[in-house]
Amino acid sequence: MSPLSKLQPGATGTLRALDCSRSFRRRLMELGLLPGTEVRLVRRVSVGDLVEIECRGCHLSLRLSEAERLFVDPA
Amino acid sequence: MSKQAPLIALAGNPNVGKTSLFNLLTGSNQKVTNYPGVTVERFEGNFIGIEGASVIDVPGTYSLSARSAEEELAIRSVAGLGGEPQPDLVVVVVDSTQLSRNLYLALQVRELGVPVVLAVTMTDLCDGDGPDLAALSSAFCAPAVAVSGLNGEGVDKLTGAVQAALDAPSHEPSFSWELSGPLAEDVAAITPHLPESWNAAAGPRATALSLWSLLSLDGEDELRDIPPSLREASAKRSGSDRDIEREVILARYAQVDRVIATLKAETAATRRGTERADAVLLNPVFGFALFLGMMTVVFQALFTWSGPLIELVETGFGWLASAVEAGLPEGFFRDLLTEGVIGGVGSVVVFLPQILLLFLFIGIMEDSGYMARVAFLMDRVMRAAGLNGRAFVPMMSGFACAIPAILATRTMERQRDRLLTMMVVPLMTCAARLPVYTLIIGALFPVDDWLGMPTQGLLMAGMYLFSTLIALIAAGVLSKTLFTGPSVPLLLELPPYRRPKVSAALRMMWQRSALFLKEASGIILVCTIGLWLLLSFPANAPNAASFEERRVQAEATLNGEDLDAALSVIDNQESADQLQGSYAGKLGRVIEPVIAPLGYDWKIGIGLIGSFAAREVFVSTMGLVYGLSDDVDEETATLREKLQTAQREDGSPVYTPLVGLSLLVFIALACQCMSTLAAVRRETATYRWPLFMFAYMTALAWVASFVVYQGGQLLGFS
Repeated sequence: MSPLSKLQPGATGTLRALDCSRSFRRRLMELGLLPGTEVRLVRRVSVGDLVEIECRGCHLSLRLSEAERLFVDPA
Repeated sequence: MSKQAPLIALAGNPNVGKTSLFNLLTGSNQKVTNYPGVTVERFEGNFIGIEGASVIDVPGTYSLSARSAEEELAIRSVAGLGGEPQPDLVVVVVDSTQLSRNLYLALQVRELGVPVVLAVTMTDLCDGDGPDLAALSSAFCAPAVAVSGLNGEGVDKLTGAVQAALDAPSHEPSFSWELSGPLAEDVAAITPHLPESWNAAAGPRATALSLWSLLSLDGEDELRDIPPSLREASAKRSGSDRDIEREVILARYAQVDRVIATLKAETAATRRGTERADAVLLNPVFGFALFLGMMTVVFQALFTWSGPLIELVETGFGWLASAVEAGLPEGFFRDLLTEGVIGGVGSVVVFLPQILLLFLFIGIMEDSGYMARVAFLMDRVMRAAGLNGRAFVPMMSGFACAIPAILATRTMERQRDRLLTMMVVPLMTCAARLPVYTLIIGALFPVDDWLGMPTQGLLMAGMYLFSTLIALIAAGVLSKTLFTGPSVPLLLELPPYRRPKVSAALRMMWQRSALFLKEASGIILVCTIGLWLLLSFPANAPNAASFEERRVQAEATLNGEDLDAALSVIDNQESADQLQGSYAGKLGRVIEPVIAPLGYDWKIGIGLIGSFAAREVFVSTMGLVYGLSDDVDEETATLREKLQTAQREDGSPVYTPLVGLSLLVFIALACQCMSTLAAVRRETATYRWPLFMFAYMTALAWVASFVVYQGGQLLGFS
């Protein structure tokens, strides 16, 4: 397992664990970011410390600090 | 079960075309009210296709679970809680390119046992033929109809499906997923604590609302009207070792995936265009440069295009005032109408062109999907100030007017973020400050160039930059002192870019501007009338007799144009004299000691008092103070000359560039706007925050102007 943020841009992985606050975790899961789901890191924006991810056809942006707490098995 | 007046709720994720569909279903016949207890607009309209039926637009949401009072509105409208009527049917708008996430919401609605009709949008954007609607309908046990929010295709079919479902609610009410043994126990433990008013003693509704409580209540939520026993019961259950949330959400998605597995058609949409555009637009260098370039163009357009419209408004009100003046006998009532009422309303409506245009641009940015990218790009800047990217839209709206900007904070999920944004938004340079800046800069600063650029233009741009910087710094300071606590993690959906729909942008523009008119007009009216009374009474100049004598003398010695000129000079001097003796004049003298260290005299004091109604009233008040007729504006040459030649008692000029700078800083920072304070009072339901806002902004303005004026003098400027 490695943090989602460590994926290469364009690479995918299978989400394993979400280690964030309860409400944020619930929010992510309700958007489809569930353990076992495939997630793609679309891009990292270094200036803003943000990432764009794709999951179930939906594009989301998160801060890097939050993406570091989502753990994936790289594909 | 068909009722006399069926109520249909229209629910769906954000960005799925729900609002366009609502507009198609109801036409222009919409009623906008507020949800009870919270200040969020509630849109309801008559269902055009079904006699007697009405449609309510449920706020866009990804899930019915909620944490804030605003998020709670979705469940309130869908389930009929908290004083909302219970809908007879829910139309769930489903984006066919994002089926699983959209069906997740539809499934939650279905769990409540209420009949559902799926309105499937964006089918033209799918790579294949889009989802097989017959299969979707049978797998989801609900009618599914393809509709287009863009051209209204399919609306007839949707209406037919809704009508049929109302006439014969035939679907299985128990369509849901099976609760595991422990989860069923959790639900059984919660159900007895559901309040009676929720009308959920047993059945699917009880199960659904128990699950809702388990997922929504967590001790940090800001939900209201939740009985303590329900809170306690939920906390006990969700505090266990089992991961209830994960279990529930996984089970729902598993159910959704089962439905989707039966639809063999390709529903994924390629985002190649969007991804290519984002490679540039989200690039840290190009993205920012493009955004700044675009903003420059927007503001340039804002100021150029609004000019003729503003003139039109001014001419219109001028005409109205003179028409009333001609039609009514001279006296108190006529003056009250023309100077107080018409002048007051005019001073509000005059900002409308700029506000309309800015909201049009914001609407286009939102509708095209670009606004989400801007929030993304701006997150870094906003984070440094203790805010998040979502605060950007309110801050930008603040360039038009603080009132719609304060209302725009309603989309923020945490009360802390909302209050913090609200407290700094009035620091942004709003449209009402512009005439004041124009007057001061035009009168007191040289027209020459500085390094090839016009000094006055640079100063004006500098004021915008200054106000934005101060707003961000103030947010940073407040977030570290008063509004501590973690900010909410940013989570933004980046929807695919779409061609914005003109009618949608126009409608959004009008709805937001109407909010401004509704909020501001009453207060400004009262304030301008109050101010007019302060300025006009006592009505007689202290030495009215001597003016009368001069008039008689002029009439005896002059005639023709010379006489008119002389008489108008005497008239203006008399009204200036009257003003000095008025209550406002006395007030100006009372506050003079406080503002003298900033370089202002009591006449400026009157102007500052006057600007409480609306900042731009400063200009017309200064016109009155200097004995010009009352129809001056910031471009009037005579008012500029008066300011340039005004002298203190010792003969030195009142208005030096340093005083001008100090005044610019004061106008930029002080909270001279009753309407803003009233809006904050309404949004926070307490006097605490408007009072705090007034106190901190005024203190900030005073100290900053003091530093500018006294510091400038120490450095030898004048």
